[in-house]
Amino acid sequence: MKQKLVIIGAGMASGRVIEHLLAGDPDGWDITLFNAEPRGNYNRIMLSPVLSGEKTYQDIVIHDDAFYTGHNITCRFGEPVVRIDRKNKVVYSNAGGAPYDKLLIATGSAPFIIPVAGKDLPGVVTYRDLDDTNAMMAAAEKPGGRAVVIGGGLLGLEAAAGLKARGMEVTVIHLMGHLMERQLDPAAGYLLQKDLEARGIAVHCKGATKAILGKDHVEAVLLEDGTVYPADMVCMAVGIRPETRLATDAALDVARGVNVTDQMVTSDPDILAVGECVEHDSQLFGLVAPLYDQARVVAATLLGQDAAFAPVQTATKLKVTGVDLFSAGDFADGAGREDIVYRDPARGVYKRLVIEKDRLVGAVMYGDTADGPWFFGLIKDGADIAPMRDTLIFGPAYQGGAQADPLAAVAALPPDAEICGCNGICKGAITAAIDAGASTLADIRATTKASASCGTCTGLVEQVLASTLGDAFQMPAAQPICGCTDLTHEDVRRLIKARGLKSMPAVMQELGWKTPCGCHVCRPALNFYLLADWPQDYTDDPQSRFVNERNHANIQKDGTYSVVPRMWGGMTNPRELRAIADAAEKYAIPAVKVTGGQRIDLLGVQKEHLPHIWADLNAAGLVSGHAYSKGLRTVKTCVGTDFCRFGTQDSTGLGIKLEKRLWGSWTPHKVKLAVSGCPRNCAESTCKDVGIICVDSGFEIGVGGAAGMDLKETERLAKVETEAEAIDLTVAFVQLYREHAKYLDRPYKWLAKVGLDWVQAQIVDNPANRAALIKRFDLSQSIYQRDPWADRATPQAQADFAPLADLTKEAAE
Amino acid sequence: MNWLDIGALSDIPQRGARLVKTMHGCVAVFRTGDDEVFAIDDRCPHKGGPLSEGIVHGHAVTCPLHNMVISLESGLAQGADQGAVATYPARVEDGRILLDAKRLIRGAAA
Repeated sequence: MKQKLVIIGAGMASGRVIEHLLAGDPDGWDITLFNAEPRGNYNRIMLSPVLSGEKTYQDIVIHDDAFYTGHNITCRFGEPVVRIDRKNKVVYSNAGGAPYDKLLIATGSAPFIIPVAGKDLPGVVTYRDLDDTNAMMAAAEKPGGRAVVIGGGLLGLEAAAGLKARGMEVTVIHLMGHLMERQLDPAAGYLLQKDLEARGIAVHCKGATKAILGKDHVEAVLLEDGTVYPADMVCMAVGIRPETRLATDAALDVARGVNVTDQMVTSDPDILAVGECVEHDSQLFGLVAPLYDQARVVAATLLGQDAAFAPVQTATKLKVTGVDLFSAGDFADGAGREDIVYRDPARGVYKRLVIEKDRLVGAVMYGDTADGPWFFGLIKDGADIAPMRDTLIFGPAYQGGAQADPLAAVAALPPDAEICGCNGICKGAITAAIDAGASTLADIRATTKASASCGTCTGLVEQVLASTLGDAFQMPAAQPICGCTDLTHEDVRRLIKARGLKSMPAVMQELGWKTPCGCHVCRPALNFYLLADWPQDYTDDPQSRFVNERNHANIQKDGTYSVVPRMWGGMTNPRELRAIADAAEKYAIPAVKVTGGQRIDLLGVQKEHLPHIWADLNAAGLVSGHAYSKGLRTVKTCVGTDFCRFGTQDSTGLGIKLEKRLWGSWTPHKVKLAVSGCPRNCAESTCKDVGIICVDSGFEIGVGGAAGMDLKETERLAKVETEAEAIDLTVAFVQLYREHAKYLDRPYKWLAKVGLDWVQAQIVDNPANRAALIKRFDLSQSIYQRDPWADRATPQAQADFAPLADLTKEAAE
Repeated sequence: MNWLDIGALSDIPQRGARLVKTMHGCVAVFRTGDDEVFAIDDRCPHKGGPLSEGIVHGHAVTCPLHNMVISLESGLAQGADQGAVATYPARVEDGRILLDAKRLIRGAAA
């Protein structure tokens, strides 16, 4: 006698169960198939091509009417099941019951709806089934329609690409820092975002939806940061959760999904479950491969055969035409794991392999995914990759051979490509000089002037020499920034500007970084270059800063900090001194010292006290002295004409003006200034980065002094008549240094490389350039000139600076 | 193990660290760029520098005082340097950071 099998849900997993059952025992089962949707089993994975118009529903049907009739399956489509009566073994829909011997729950999953105002407005859709897809296609028919997709995961991006293909203006809002964060690392996420943006899809990462706006129909989406995106349609694709309501009502064991054994049996021995509604060994499943494995086990269990479900690794591909993306296995950094990273910036290719104990455990690929299945095979098989480790990343076809030629990019440049921007020398002029006999960098400098000015193109000129002369040219060993890259600081600065790289992932991807997130050497340098070159676009990354700049205080050898309030031009008053004295007593400061920069240092402050002492000093009008920063430290002054019988100008006043203009700016290394009121030089101007000496007829401006590791007298930049000119030249000099110097080069070291002549040509002899430099400095200051103490004198900062937990009061066991 | 909830993952910035005070000194709890957590003693084996204030890269931290690089996984100094710090079991569950209370109370010596 046939057994009665009732199946709730006609999805891909249960469809596969039916196929296995029919193959194993064609006459053993009397099958009744319920489905809430008014149709049978179709390939849900292919809804994206339906949405984009590349396929139709008919193309993606798996089981048609002929299949169901041919196998005598009783179809009850469009009939949602409302109750399972386990005692009497009957399943009920509103149209009536169906008795079972065995029941299979395959209710799949439901889209997660974020609980915001407006979520129920007409025009808000999810993306799960054909009806959703049809709703989106209908919405896209209105010309010029605007769609907002909430969720930058697999489903959301496929929806976005499909809606774009249907002619809508599409914006994707994603809560996390980069797209598809569960499948991709930040570098691949960056490439994906770039690709989507190039197709006209706007992407807003770190965007939290606050509300969906509209009266009778959706009109816009409002984010927590205040951004408003107008929308005629909103697609919510933020995730799915197992559909377990029937199982819960029937009092089966349900955690996040319906709990099943290795045999796919629920807590009721006559009820099995399969698919996205299932939880197995604390794991949920969303991709089709493990669901098909489950289906095989379900059929075997029903047929009385031995089988056990053991989840295997799964791979993901994004089904957006023209976007090649592949991720498989576990690609998070982990204990004992190593990365192999390959980047081909010109082609937009990124590949990352994660290796653990000579086995491949994860792979992320972008741009070129042809080898994805091969890597996936290695992951699944747990193959020993040690013998091919050196060439592994190049894929199965690669059998040794030469590495990609780093000179190829330069060799491919056309003759009219500009190499030296200072002197306007193009590649053709350099190759002509080489043809005429030049064979060294010095020859090129002498004959063409290329690389003879600021020197940042030196690497390029050398590469032109190398690619033209071949082995006849001995490339000098350039000092790369660190082990993460082969590029020098100068190369990186040039490329950040030339290629408009505005984020750390952009730099690391486009310039082929060898590590996933850099190191303590390159990250602070990149952070500075990016904020100096793109003040409006780049967001400062505190985690890429050295502790002193992150905590806005100088760390001492015992882990305490020193706090130095700014004293403009070295001037103070009783009120400020009283506030400092009060703070020193209140926080039991162990040492109070007068610094060489004419201010007062409070030494030995505990980290958790910093925001509190800052708040107290702020209240008295004192701000951070930036005694810890690669930025403006002090402007030392003498008393000048106010009191001194020798003073020629108001040196204190000029010092204060300079300090007020320059404070808060970030520079490649620290910058110290001084203004002396007469040539007796009481402020020691002649050993400062910029030192001004006042004379009767005006102001002598010296630059590039040093009194630290090296001792060096300033060189005369210019002599000017007015205070305003002195300020202009100083600001322009600091900005030129910000834009060109290598991170951690003090001005004197940078000057030795570029030469005083070049600096004078830029700022003294060229008023237009001087004005442009000043304008760029002031723009940067409009963003970065903020008192970090005031920003951090808040309860949140006070909590952040304190320990996360204090277990010293827990009783020992 | 006796897992103790010491705070939310979001209390620590990515590629950053926070301190947990114990009877045996401070333990630094790190959150890496890939959202894993590690707990190690907050004392560099070189000169006792506060590792919690270092720059975090991959699964390693660079001591802010003299740039010794310490593996967050093993506690061992990397490269040519010698030395080690104690590590403690740590994990994340539902966005909360859990440390092994017994190990913390017993201290690094045990």
